[in-house]
Amino acid sequence: MVVITGVNKHFGDLHVLKDIDLTIGKGEVVVVLGPSGSGKSTLCRTINRLEPFETGSITIDGKELPNEGKPLAQLRADVGMVFQSFNLFAHKTILDNITLGPMKVRKLSKADADKQAKDLLERVGVTAQANKYPAQLSGGQQQRVAIARALAMKPKVMLFDEPTSALDPEMVNEVLEVMTELAQSGMTMVVITHEMGFARRAANRVVFMADGQIVEVATPDEFFTAPKSHRAQDFLGKILPH
Amino acid sequence: MGDLFSQYNVLGAFGITIVLTVLSAIGALVIGTFVAIMRVSPVAFLNKLGALYVNLVRNTPLTLIIVFCNIGFIVNLGMSVSNDFARNNLVWSVIGLATYHAAFVCEALRSGVNTVPTGQAEAARAIGLTFGQSLREVLLPQAFRGAITPLGNTLIALTKNTTVATAIGVAEIAGLMKTMQEDRADLMIPIFLIVAFGFVLLTLPVGLLTTKLSTKLAVKR
Repeated sequence: MVVITGVNKHFGDLHVLKDIDLTIGKGEVVVVLGPSGSGKSTLCRTINRLEPFETGSITIDGKELPNEGKPLAQLRADVGMVFQSFNLFAHKTILDNITLGPMKVRKLSKADADKQAKDLLERVGVTAQANKYPAQLSGGQQQRVAIARALAMKPKVMLFDEPTSALDPEMVNEVLEVMTELAQSGMTMVVITHEMGFARRAANRVVFMADGQIVEVATPDEFFTAPKSHRAQDFLGKILPH
Repeated sequence: MGDLFSQYNVLGAFGITIVLTVLSAIGALVIGTFVAIMRVSPVAFLNKLGALYVNLVRNTPLTLIIVFCNIGFIVNLGMSVSNDFARNNLVWSVIGLATYHAAFVCEALRSGVNTVPTGQAEAARAIGLTFGQSLREVLLPQAFRGAITPLGNTLIALTKNTTVATAIGVAEIAGLMKTMQEDRADLMIPIFLIVAFGFVLLTLPVGLLTTKLSTKLAVKR
């Protein structure tokens, strides 16, 4: 579904992505772990070209990522993205947040888009908030709406860029539950996270990144019980005891 | 003092001032939005063109622009829009005023755009909106709300700056004030006060309204 080959990217002198090769199959859930600054967020953002890259190629469902313009916008519509800071449209109601893309990009009628949005809101459990504005919702609710907004585009793949990192601890689970349910429903997902429990529970594969490189790719079981690389052992040694 | 109003068409002159203000404001808003879009667009050439417009027009005295509209465009280049002398000057004054204040509208809007977090634009692009759709649906509506106060300031400045149109003979209130003071030197101070009060009446509601709107429409984050 997503094929990344030989991708390189610099921020100035900093080489943030070094020869990244990664293939994500249809229906697969890949969790990307790694210390801060390892390039995992950048990798996630290059998949829909929110970050341009210099060399290499990324294809989605066999189609090469276009450089810019309308073809890129069309491809992005097929790639759902959930951000760390939710990024709901602050001036629109929850319902309008979800219907905007389907109406403008997929050309759905308002009635159809509304109906779909209500179904999605029910699925993520925030039906009662449909006519409120994002700032009136809790972080957990906002993030679930953001997931609904991405799903409204009927994406082929969903990217999650640290979706629970900006949440209060008691709201993390409600978002992870929605994501777990989504993973079980067969959605192709790339998830950048620090939630090891989610990685164990929902991931088909764990990708461990450090210093802009993919250091290790393994099943969650292998990775958490017997990490091969020193970097991964070091990383897990620092976080797992807590 | 009452005979000032019967002798001179004070209200009519204020009417011209209002016409100048409203038409120029609409023009400035349209041109300013356009230039602001150029300045925030990802195309380097348009960025530079927008910056050039703002820096050239904003730093040129308004009197010079208005006079150039008359001497330059009407007299020298023969670009008349009407055979009626008064109408011609009025239209060119509106063009000059709109051109000049568009630079300020652009900068007010740009400051509004800067109040919109980058995540909003990223989210818009991530759901597949094109650059134009992101602007229309997400960025500009929030930018306008963030720019209400500076836009109000620009509108107040524009209202008062219409007096410059008197330099090319538009019959607005500053022109009439000069005539009245020449005729009735005995009423010099009352004439000043009437005109000043008229402008306060015109601009005060703008300030009150924009303050109210900016709190009411503020985007809560």
